Amino acid sequence: MVRWILAAMAALMMTAGLAAAQQGPLHIEIDEGVIEPLPYALPSFVDEGAGGLTHDITRVIADDLSGTGLFREIPEAAHIQRFGVFDTPVSYADWQAINAQALIVGAVGMSGGKVVVKFRLFDIYSGAQLGDGQQLAASPQSWRRLAHKVADVIYARVTGESGYFDSRVVFVSESGPKDQRQKRLAVMDYDGANVTYLTDSSTIVLAPRFSPQGDRILYTTFETGFPRIKMMDVGSASGQLLPEVPGTMTFAPRFSPDGNSIVYSLEQNGNTDLFQMSVNGGGAQRLTNSPAIETAPSFSPDGARIVFESDRSGTQQIYVMPVGGGEPVRISFGEGRYGTPVWSPRGDLIAFTKQAGGRFFIGVMRTDGSEERLLTASFLDEGPTWSPNGRVIMFTRESPGASGGAKLYTVDISGRNLKAIEGVGGASDPTWGPLLP
Amino acid sequence: MQLLTKAALGLALVALAACNNPQGMGGVNDPGGAFGEGGISQGALNDPNSPAYFSATVGDTVNFLVDQSTLSDGARTTLAGQAQWLNAHPNYAAIIEGHADEQGTREYNLALGARRASAVQEYLISQGVAATRLRTVSYGKERPLAVCSTEECYYKNRRAVTVISIGAGS
Repeated sequence: MVRWILAAMAALMMTAGLAAAQQGPLHIEIDEGVIEPLPYALPSFVDEGAGGLTHDITRVIADDLSGTGLFREIPEAAHIQRFGVFDTPVSYADWQAINAQALIVGAVGMSGGKVVVKFRLFDIYSGAQLGDGQQLAASPQSWRRLAHKVADVIYARVTGESGYFDSRVVFVSESGPKDQRQKRLAVMDYDGANVTYLTDSSTIVLAPRFSPQGDRILYTTFETGFPRIKMMDVGSASGQLLPEVPGTMTFAPRFSPDGNSIVYSLEQNGNTDLFQMSVNGGGAQRLTNSPAIETAPSFSPDGARIVFESDRSGTQQIYVMPVGGGEPVRISFGEGRYGTPVWSPRGDLIAFTKQAGGRFFIGVMRTDGSEERLLTASFLDEGPTWSPNGRVIMFTRESPGASGGAKLYTVDISGRNLKAIEGVGGASDPTWGPLLP
Repeated sequence: MQLLTKAALGLALVALAACNNPQGMGGVNDPGGAFGEGGISQGALNDPNSPAYFSATVGDTVNFLVDQSTLSDGARTTLAGQAQWLNAHPNYAAIIEGHADEQGTREYNLALGARRASAVQEYLISQGVAATRLRTVSYGKERPLAVCSTEECYYKNRRAVTVISIGAGS
């Protein structure tokens, strides 16, 4: 995707009316926990020849920003100033009057068969443009990605952190009754758009995991009649089974942060331990040797440690061990059972599933087990995965009973903004891929 | 695999019923070849040499307590019967399927199902069944038998099922 910087606009619009402004510079500090979302205005982008895409792109940008729970859109009907031309000077007083703190002005055109989006972000109370204007171009079928890229830039400028909108999620699409559930591997945009199926429903598939680059997927398949790990190339949707030890089951694979090796569970004679092998299938190496169940391993982002679950204490609990060998250290000590730990991409937190009192919870704790915080609770929540910036968690929520089904949800690490991903039908086992280049 | 096993089982029933019930039971002699399921299992159930007899009369399923793979006394009795049947029918092999209820995380339940299947396998071996005739697989919580979300269904789903297949194993 081509991207270049437009000349920054002169920002000398300060007027007397500004004296009343009570806010500081445009900024959201995510760590503080946002109670009141930041009001922003996003006038429909100026149509410079892209037709209906202009409106569509504007709305996806709004959905991305408002969907975070950090921003609140001021409806266009309330706007005073209108932008018939992209370069129209901003009347800050008109935006202060409706209490907008941020204004996004943009235009969408066509050039050489590509959709071209340009936009500027304004800080209304400072009366100045925030950052340079930008222009992005992509093929028409990638128009949603263009919108996500614009929203990612705005999110990054206002929060000081990288965004997560231009990303994809691999998951298991579910259909059919509970006792004959059909499962297919699928990929979607982070917001549930553009679902693509990677397998048919002829066999059970479980827990797909993206490679760090998002180009490959590891998952567990029953296609041989027994759980086996398969690696698929996303571009060609072609895959191959990893080598097996006859008479064993292999499952719960994850890539290392460099994408070169795989950590997974291997079951033999009823006992499940952790192993590691190279992505080309060689060099299988045992990591744990205990009569307990060791499964659901996940690397720390620096690749030095592995977090996993084990019932060696008598119940499922979370442990951390050095990759190079060494005694695992238990980090979960609260009431109940803890499983499916996943290390945050920022390295600071571990997300997990907790089971207590007949309920399931998604939570986070520091990597030493301190400061445990439960974010969700329901009949059955499980399998958290992190947004690329480590601020949002996606997980599976299953409803009870004969007609029960699985859906994907997201929640902030503050526990706010719980939302279902709509439009993808039954779905489970998400893994959030990287921010796309 | 599960489907394949069932298909193979269906063929075996037809063959056995044809051998042991020359007068024809149910729809076996249906000239169109379209036999009713009821007819087949009725014929097979009466035949102590059939896999259908194994599953219905000997009992192909044992159940487990929450998060446990320990065999109860009742389970041991059922498995002793399974072993007796398998020892008397050396031309059959078996796949032991381990299952868990939905009250657990996906990966853990796969491992737990494997523990249950393995507990059954070890018991059958202790009763004289050759290890080469037995294989295990875990479905975790992926194939519930009962679909309600109460203990009544959970108990039925926490199970290991011995599925008879053709061939004496490898």
